[in-house]
Formats: sequence, structure tokens, C-alpha cells
Amino acid sequence: MTTNTLAEPERSPSTGLLAIRADVLILISGVGLVILTMLLSGRISEYYFLAAYTILQFVVLGTAWNILGGYGGYINFGTAGFFAIGCYTTVVLIKLGPMPLAVSMAAAAIVAALVGLGTGYLTLRLRGVYFSIATLALAIVLQTLVINWTFVGGARGIYVIRPAVSGIFSSYVQLILVMMIGLTTVSLIIARAVERSWIGIGLAAIRDDEGAAETCGVPSLRLKLIATTLSGALMGLAGSLFPYFVTYVDPATAFGLPIAVNSIAMPLIGGTATWWGPVVGALLLGSTQQILTVTISSAANLFIVGLLLVAFLIVAPRGVVGLVRDWQARRE
Amino acid sequence: MTEPLLTAESVTKRFEGFIALSDVGFVMHPGERVGLIGPNGSGKSTFVNCLTGVYRSDAGAIRFDGHDITGMPSWLRCKQGLVRTYQIPRPFRGMTVQQNIEVPLRFTAGHTSARELARRAQEILDKVGLIDSARLNPKRLSQVELRKLELARAIAAAPKMLIADEAMAGLSESEVDEILELLHTLNSDGLSILLIEHIMRAVMSFSQRVIVIVAGRKIADGLPDEVMRMDEVERAYLGE
Amino acid sequence: MDVNWDLIVNAIVTGIVLGGFYASVAIGVTIAFGMLDIVNIAHPAFIIVGGYLAFYGRDRFALDPLVSILVFAPLGYLIGRIFYRGYHRFFESRGDESLQGLAFFFGVLFVVEIGIVLVSGVDYRSVETAYLDSSLSAGFVSVPWRMLAPFVIALGMLGGIQLFLLKTFTGRAILAVAQDFEAVRLIGADPIRAKEIAFGIAVGTAIVAGVLLIIIQPIEPSIAREYIGRAFAICVLGGIASIPGTLVASLVLGVAESMTTTFFGPSWAPAVAFGLLLLTLTFKPSGIFGR
Repeated sequence: MTTNTLAEPERSPSTGLLAIRADVLILISGVGLVILTMLLSGRISEYYFLAAYTILQFVVLGTAWNILGGYGGYINFGTAGFFAIGCYTTVVLIKLGPMPLAVSMAAAAIVAALVGLGTGYLTLRLRGVYFSIATLALAIVLQTLVINWTFVGGARGIYVIRPAVSGIFSSYVQLILVMMIGLTTVSLIIARAVERSWIGIGLAAIRDDEGAAETCGVPSLRLKLIATTLSGALMGLAGSLFPYFVTYVDPATAFGLPIAVNSIAMPLIGGTATWWGPVVGALLLGSTQQILTVTISSAANLFIVGLLLVAFLIVAPRGVVGLVRDWQARRE
Repeated sequence: MTEPLLTAESVTKRFEGFIALSDVGFVMHPGERVGLIGPNGSGKSTFVNCLTGVYRSDAGAIRFDGHDITGMPSWLRCKQGLVRTYQIPRPFRGMTVQQNIEVPLRFTAGHTSARELARRAQEILDKVGLIDSARLNPKRLSQVELRKLELARAIAAAPKMLIADEAMAGLSESEVDEILELLHTLNSDGLSILLIEHIMRAVMSFSQRVIVIVAGRKIADGLPDEVMRMDEVERAYLGE
Repeated sequence: MDVNWDLIVNAIVTGIVLGGFYASVAIGVTIAFGMLDIVNIAHPAFIIVGGYLAFYGRDRFALDPLVSILVFAPLGYLIGRIFYRGYHRFFESRGDESLQGLAFFFGVLFVVEIGIVLVSGVDYRSVETAYLDSSLSAGFVSVPWRMLAPFVIALGMLGGIQLFLLKTFTGRAILAVAQDFEAVRLIGADPIRAKEIAFGIAVGTAIVAGVLLIIIQPIEPSIAREYIGRAFAICVLGGIASIPGTLVASLVLGVAESMTTTFFGPSWAPAVAFGLLLLTLTFKPSGIFGR
């Protein structure tokens, strides 16, 4: 049985028809969600908007994680660190004065990207496990720095005021939800493009056997740095909206376990081989968690996520994507 | 006398006090077939790893095709035209056989269009006799097919020199001949080949020149018959 | 700032004593990761389990903590061996899927942490040992017994393991596995079994470290994550697979943390280990006694 993780099966584009369709599908979904948001605003409980925001945030985080983790095989345990960089960049900018969202988002992306690049440059020449451990260390060091930084509220946290809205938006929640939809759409399109490009092929070779890849001319450090930087930037972008979402930012939440765990569990359960794996994982796990948190408790919810992660790793290591592809292969 | 393709001078490599290679010098000319022999653990693989950039040598210089490659990373050496195969084949297991070939085509030869990549990959697979396995995953291949895949992947990079590290270990007599024939074909297309082998008949029949590395030092470098008659070489092998 | 020698010396002594304890935390990682190449980031989970076992042993069965070491260490050893069997079957033998293996340990880590939260809540737990309540004083230096006893036990454990590895056949098989997996068969040992025993020892030390921890200070579930950094920082700094290296690195970390806490406050302490780890990885990944 072919266990081909790379290929889109024989429909691989000579016409490029299927390729365009998936991209267009993502774009249309994005636009559709935006329209839905605008129409439903004020008609349904704000809770649904908040839930949707949370799930989409995880799609972005999972997708970002997967670019380096799934495609390249380098696990980042410090997603929360990059997310928090985005968060606190926004906080810092807000404290300096009123700031257009676009500016704080751009700044967050740049800072997170630079940190990703730096960490990568320092540790990606070592074995993959050292990179992973370093990302863990990075997250904790950053958290300690923030806890001790009174300007951004330290351990006690800080309140963020949502700016007033005007124009087509009736509430700020609506605005950031639309931004998150946009960010999700962009992330998915980027992830898919990377996957199919020379970057994705190179990362796949690195994932399979880095030494052999180098022997084939794959510039592994360069590719890993690209992936780390891109991944970090997307995580930072997701984080940059968070202060407006929660209005009260503290290190425990920004650097919290749910962020770190979900960004790994969702791609692994959904499937790391391709761009829609993290989406499936985020939708499944995200909605499960929303239900569980409301009905049982947030600790129980994380517990179940953990159990699911371990269970999937043992039973279905290539996630839902793997199960689907196996089923497809068996049909042929 | 043609300009050498590869020049290694005084290559030395230490591991924590253990001297794996000591002052090894070596020259290779375009289109040459050279054999490299030596007892297990003598430093052959270390030498290959220094040539290909897996290890950085502690001393010495390596020049290839007019460039100083001493400090170059592996992938850049591959782009210069120096490739290798591994003792134990290392195919990319998440890809089909054809996709394995497409990786060096994309990264070294620089082709980008999917159609072009597929065409050239299939050309190469045809050349080594693996065209029927193009869509398979490498885990379905036999030993000799895996060796051919290693070679195919190496030549996909359009190299000037190939280092074949024990490409025939563990194969049957007829399989050894298959690989030898393939190597001869590649050489007649202009590829320089450095063959590291324990299978003596292969080394003797294939090489124009043989070098011997024992305990990290090069002790012989000459015509196959002459080298095999040397006392030191006999001792090195009989004393094993 | 006036140099306050009292403070400095006390900080250093405390650091050394703490460092000794940290050695018991890190030895399991040195074995599992350094020697067996198993990136067990769930190691701190086992530590925390050890701590809670000691707590419940005390609470329900009036089991003296020091005695409970003798009870729970073998239990940890067994758990470790069973755990390795599962890990080997599902991950190691599947090939180089290090991504899945690493994620697996990560999953185990927080499943255990949250499991403990569900069972025991987030309150701090501690054990009372009246005979350890006092301190040992020499001049202006004073060290509480509740830190000194774990220090001594930790050193003893390290020494015992080092002897085991060097002097017994199984121990040397384990060291051999660390060097060359296949060659182990040449000396008549089964490498898989050697790894299994070694991992059992690693988890056993984690359980012991957990008991020592709860003797030193009250514990709560999220402490586990602080110890990932400490354990790996020590392991890497100490040269990955060297037990003397582990000891030296532990002492270095202990003193560094102690000085930081004394002069900058405890909220900076977690950054010390992780910062040290980052620095080591950046500049000298092979550590002090590097291979």
C-alpha cells in the first residue's frame, strides 16, 4: 500500500485546474464567513462570535505550527511564546498611544518573525530535538521577562480598551472577527502555496532525511529558517489581535498551556502532511473544547485533548488526513 | 595532462583525540574511475564525509572544479557537481520513487515546471532501469533497486563526480554486475567515479587507479595490480 | 550595593545544596536522553507523580517520606520499564518518526499534569517531617535539614547509579547501548532490554526526585513545567551523557539560581535554567564534559 505523504494523487495539475480550485475555495469560504459575520451581527448571541474567533485563531496557530512542524519535521514547543510576542507588541504599542490595528499587526508580525529567525539561526544547525527544547526554553524565558516587566502589567496583567468602531462595523468584536477570518484565509493560502512550492518539497525532503536532502542540493538551514520565520510571523499575527479579544491580558493566559498544547495537538490529530490537516484538527478539537469547557470544566477539556493527542499518535499517527488517504488508497 | 577535477590536500580529521584521518592527499581527474579500499574503520567513510561536507576537516584543503570547497556545506558541494550515495540507502520515504528523483532535479539542476521535472525524472529512472517503479514508495523496492535509486538520485543532480560508498554491499553476484554495468555506463557519459568497496573483483575490474587508506593514512595510490602486490596492503588485509 | 558576604555565602551554600537535589532531577534525563536518545520531556511529570505519591502516602498511610523513597523507587522503575515497552512498540520501532515520539511525551506531560489537577486540585501539597524541621548551622551559614537530607540522598543516588553503570554487566551494557546500539549484541546483551532497564532506572530516579522535592518545598501540578528546563539545561550543560557532568552542571545551576533569587528576587528564577539552556545550546552545545 502506498503511504505517499507528498502527492496530491494523479489529479496533480498539468492543467492546474484542481490547484486553482482549492485556493478559490479557501478565498470564497473566507469571504462567505465575513459576509455571514456582518449579517448575523446583533441577531445572535455574541458568544458565537467569540467561539468562532477562538476556533479560527487555532486554525491560524495550527497552520503556522504545521509549516515548520508538519512539513519540516521540527517541533516548536514555544508557540505560546510567539503568540505572546504578538500580544505584547500590541500592548506596548497601545500604551504608547492610539494605534491603528494594521500597524500593531504589522509590528507584531515583524517582531515575532525576527525572534523566530534568531532562534532558528542559533539552534537549527543542531539536531531537531535541540531546536524543540530551545523553543520551550524561549517561551519560558519570554514569560519570565514579561512577568517582570511592569510597563506591560507584569504578572497582574493589563487592561486593553477596545477602540470605538465606525462605518460598516457595529461592534469591535465583529471587527476583529473579520480580521481573524482574513488572517485565517491568508494563512491557509500561504500554507498551501508553501506546501506545493520548492520550499515545501525541500522541507519534505528534510523531514524524511536531512542528510540525504543536503546531498541532493537542498539548502536545509535556509529552508528551515524560512519556515521558522514564516511560522513565527503568523503566530505573532494571531497574537496581535488577542488583546482586543480578551481586553485583559496577563502572562498566564497569553503564554498559557491551551495555546501551546492546541497548536501541536490540532495539526497532529488533523494531519500534518497537508494544509487542511490543521483545519480539520482545529474544527474538531476546537468545537469539542468549546462544548466541554461550557459543560464540564476547562481542566477536563484540556485533559481530553491530551488523551486524544496521545491516542491519535498511537493509533493514527498521520491524523485524519492519513486516515482519509489510506481509505482513498484502499479504494483504488 | 588535464586539470584535476578534485584535489584534496593534507586532509586531517580528529574526533575527541582520536585521529581518524591524517594528512590524506588525493587527486581525481575528469572521467576517471578510482577505487578506494581499506579495512573497516580505516577512515574511508570519514574521508568521504570530509569530501562531501558532512564533516568539516580540521586541516587541509579541498578544491573541486576550480573552487575551494573546504568550507562549503554539503548542499553547495552538490550544486558544484560533487555527489555521493550512501552505504545504507537513504531514500525519502514520504515520497514516491519519481518524487525522490525530482528533489535533486529541482534543487540542483534547477528545473521548476512539474512537467519538465516529471519528464527528466522518468528519463533517469529509465536509464537505471527503475521506470516501472516510478509511482511506488521506496519501501517496496528490493535491495538492488534501492541501490539504483540511490544512484539515480545522485545523477539527477547532473554531477561531475560521484562518490559511490559501498554501493554493492550485500548484493548477489549478478546484482553486483548490474550495478557495475550501470556505473560503467555513467562513466562513459563523462562522470568521474570514486568507488569505495570491499568487493575486490569489482574494485579491480572497475578502477583505473586504486588508493588504499589504512588507519587514517593513505598508504598506496597507483595501478590496481601494483597496489594489490604491495606488502603494506597485503598486511593490512591479512592482518584484519 | 555593599557586598554582603553573609548573604553571598549563604546563597552559594544554598545553591550547592539545591544543586545536589537538582542532580537527582536531571540524572533521569541524562540517562534517557543522553544515553538512550529518548527525548523524554515528560520526565518532570514523573517527578510530580513521585511528589504526590509521597503526599498521599503520608496523608493516607502515615508513610514517612524518606521511607517512602524505598517504596516508590521500585514502583517507578517498574512504571518506567512498562512505559518504555509501550514507547518502543509504538514509536521507536516505527522508524525515525521522532516528531510523533516527541509529541507523545509532550502529550503525556500535560495529561499527567492536568490529571493531577483533576484528582488533587491546584492547591499546594506538602509533607510534614518533624525531624527535618531544624537547620544545620556553621557560623553564619545555615542550611535547613529539609534541604540537606535530599542533597545527601541525591548524591547517594547518583553515586549508586554511576557504580551500577560502571561495575555491573547490565550497567555496562547500558553504557554500550549509548555508544553503539548494535554492538551491544556482540557482548552478549540484548540492547532493547538494556534500554528498557535504563529507562526504568530513569523513571525511578524521577519518582525519587519527586519525593525529595516535596520534602524541600510544597508542590502543585504546574511546577512540572519549570523542571523541564532545569533537567534539560543540566543535561546539556553537563555534556549530555556524563554523570559527573550532570553533577557539576547541577551545582552550577543551583548556585546560579540561588544567587539570582537572592539578589533579583524569586520571580526571575525560572529564567535562569532556561536562559542557561539557550546559552549553552547557542555557544557550546556539547556542554562542559561534551562528547
